[in-house]
Amino acid sequence: MIAFVLRRLLQSVLVLGVVALVAFGLFQFIGDPVNNMLGQDASVAERARLRASLGLDDPVVLQFLRFIGHAVQGEFGMSLRNARPVSVLIAERLPATVELAFSAAFVALALGIPLGIFTALRRRSPVAQGVLALSLLGVSLPTFVTGILLVMVFGVYWDLLPTFGRGDVVDLGFWQTGFLTLSGLQSLVLPAFTLGLFQLALIMRLVRAEMLDVLRADFIRFARARGLPERKINYGHALRNALVPVVTITGLQLGTLIAFAVITETVFQWPGLGLLFIQAVQFADVPVMAAYLLLVALMFVGLNLAVDLLYYAIDPRLRVGGFRGRA
Amino acid sequence: MTEPVLFVRNLRVEFTSRRGTLVAVDDVSFDLAPGELLGVVGESGAGKTMTGAAVLGLVEPPGRIAGGEVLLSGRRIDNLPPAELRRIRGREIGAIFQDPLTSLDPLQRIGDQLVETIRTHMPLSAAHAKQRALDLLREVGIPGAAERFGNYPHQFSGGMRQRVVIALALAAEPRVIIADEPTTALDVSVQAQIIALLRRLARDHGTAIVLVTHDIGVIAEIADRMVVMRAGRIVETGVTRDVIHAPTHPYTQALMAAIPVMGRRDVAVKPQAETLLEFRGVQKSFDLSPPLLERLFAGASRRIVRAVDRVSFHIGRGETYGLVGESGCGKSTVARLVAGLYRPERGEVRYAGRRLQMIFQDPYASLDPRWCAGDIIAEPIRFHGLLSGEAAISRRVDELLGQVGLSPADAAKYPHEFSGGQRQRISIARALAGEPDLLVCDEPTSALDVSVQAQVIELMRELQQRLGLTYLFISHNLAVVSNIADRVGVMYLGRLVEEGPVERVFTAPRHPYTRMLLAAVPDLAMLGIERPPPAGEIADPLAVPPGCAFHPRCPLAFDRCRAETPALRADAAGAVACHAADMDL
Repeated sequence: MIAFVLRRLLQSVLVLGVVALVAFGLFQFIGDPVNNMLGQDASVAERARLRASLGLDDPVVLQFLRFIGHAVQGEFGMSLRNARPVSVLIAERLPATVELAFSAAFVALALGIPLGIFTALRRRSPVAQGVLALSLLGVSLPTFVTGILLVMVFGVYWDLLPTFGRGDVVDLGFWQTGFLTLSGLQSLVLPAFTLGLFQLALIMRLVRAEMLDVLRADFIRFARARGLPERKINYGHALRNALVPVVTITGLQLGTLIAFAVITETVFQWPGLGLLFIQAVQFADVPVMAAYLLLVALMFVGLNLAVDLLYYAIDPRLRVGGFRGRA
Repeated sequence: MTEPVLFVRNLRVEFTSRRGTLVAVDDVSFDLAPGELLGVVGESGAGKTMTGAAVLGLVEPPGRIAGGEVLLSGRRIDNLPPAELRRIRGREIGAIFQDPLTSLDPLQRIGDQLVETIRTHMPLSAAHAKQRALDLLREVGIPGAAERFGNYPHQFSGGMRQRVVIALALAAEPRVIIADEPTTALDVSVQAQIIALLRRLARDHGTAIVLVTHDIGVIAEIADRMVVMRAGRIVETGVTRDVIHAPTHPYTQALMAAIPVMGRRDVAVKPQAETLLEFRGVQKSFDLSPPLLERLFAGASRRIVRAVDRVSFHIGRGETYGLVGESGCGKSTVARLVAGLYRPERGEVRYAGRRLQMIFQDPYASLDPRWCAGDIIAEPIRFHGLLSGEAAISRRVDELLGQVGLSPADAAKYPHEFSGGQRQRISIARALAGEPDLLVCDEPTSALDVSVQAQVIELMRELQQRLGLTYLFISHNLAVVSNIADRVGVMYLGRLVEEGPVERVFTAPRHPYTRMLLAAVPDLAMLGIERPPPAGEIADPLAVPPGCAFHPRCPLAFDRCRAETPALRADAAGAVACHAADMDL
């Protein structure tokens, strides 16, 4: 177990190292920051001085090591766009994105799993068929279209829900939350649905497919043959087995929710990391982009680890080494 | 006569599809007295499994019971609403299925699965249910029931899992048990143990058992009466001894004739010929160790399976060498070493022929489904460049199809258009196309029905005579090997423990393991001798017992066997690796 975690951690560090290299590469290839900072009219001497003070004259390897050293301490330098520390910018924006992603994940899981079970158990009912057809729409509609449609219907025609921003937030000192105010919660609804719709459809179809697979298994037939009630068969035996692969996919999907909140945040002007990133790209604000890249990688790696550990908890076959099956 | 506990009358099961109605079970009637063991035998597609499912009320759509009735203790149950039928299942009719590896929920402890089943049918407290579960585990012969209670299914061997499945079927003391191929997935020694267990349950508890199987040997061992099914209908029924010794229906007669019987041979002993294949002290291991970090931090040890351990034997040209043993004994690894798919890490494999070919067990998996039969057979010809020109190749393919009893028109067909037996014929034709000196056959008939198996064996024998082929014939079925092989080797946990001419090894075995294997073969002659089932199960290949690997199961084992690995000693009548046998000589 410990060795397993250690191995995973080692792999994670390796992945992060490679991402860091790419992030660092951004500095080398996307324009000259000195030009951006001083403008076209600066003298050669001024440029050289700034260059030296930023450490841009050092060998690339040294620069990279310095970059990593700073990154480990959460230090990514100053944003080129508004001259504030990148770490502060990210700390400001992170809560918005995390809350949005978790709300979207909640929507996807809370609706996706029950709908998946329902469509698997009532395979032939017209309602299940309808849900299934709709889910196809959910997987194929691009996020920005869903977002704009939702804004049109609930924001413009019916004027039920706010269509941009986070509403009122409560500052907890280290975290600004929208969960504690009515307007904050209302503001969450549309973006969360927009971001979660694809995952909802995906999880639903996955749960359905896995359930149908497991329901055909011998041990389900044997459970029926010993007269266990349907409820116990479906939820006690079939669902648990069906959820094993669902956990992996869902865990990784949560990562994509955070990473790809960019579009949703743009549509709803959500003051999160995605919006920050888009603005950074437009301005070639390399430190922000690099930090964002590393943060997303860190999140993926962390989620991956969490999923693996969950696997351990769910599947006893991984936990206890037992009699190996036939060769 | 006692009142029958189960009464099936004119049962008919239909499958309705767009292409019409398929009758899976047609006009099937039988009855079953308490404590009686009824064998239902038939080849694949005979409707025997469907009959069992219909009694349990488990026919799945689009199948349905279209006629007839099922009475349990005089009460009609086939037309009950599902909820009532469910209460009967488990409580009054239990079931055992074929594959113990997939019959249990892999994510739940076996104790929990037992308690859940017991409490579904009996008004017991959790503590009492647990007590009953432990009693059941002891009853079906699981050692250390209390410690094993919290284990997961994967921590049990196949035979032990089947015992857990039987305990689950017994949970609520049903009056009837439907056992669908309960021993088919098991090794012969474990099969004999499970048969003994079922027999004891019928005797001690008065449980009536319907035993559905394709294996008439199992029925001969255990059933009081038997039913022979074919294409959904019962063709013959009667007391087991009568049906087996004096079948009246032509189909039953043909079926009985097709069953391989130990020692039924009509092949002349071949003269000693030059050696075609030779194994000299060949060794092959597989490293299943956990990754380095696991070993460094968690203290896990290296896990090395010695699949083939210093094995020496030779096969003469034109000879058939049989290799037998239970699963995990290394016989398939030997096949792969011969074919050059593995390299020996020690010793050498010498082959004096030019080419060799393999025939595999599963005719469904060993043919590319997207190639037509003609291309499959032509592949070795093209690959080895044996013929040039499409016309010549096509003529050769037609000839090969003829040799294996198929017609040239079959060349354009795809594998799914053939039956299992026909596919195995295509495998043989493909092997012959490479003009091999040696054919390595790894369980070539194990996936086939008895009558088809007999045909394939006959074909192989005929081809050998006509083409002078040499066979390495690997099988767990001793009767089949005794029919086709000239000499036989017996393997246990990677080692060759006995070798010799088939007649000698199977009539006067020297190694206790060979004796155990032979004793476990179901007794078709029905001599009625009560034989104790073999002890124990094959050891975990990762933890091979020291000394003679067989000593924990051996009735003759003494101190030396626990310490010293016996060497294979040869004399005129073959070779044996056993300390006890050495003392006899």
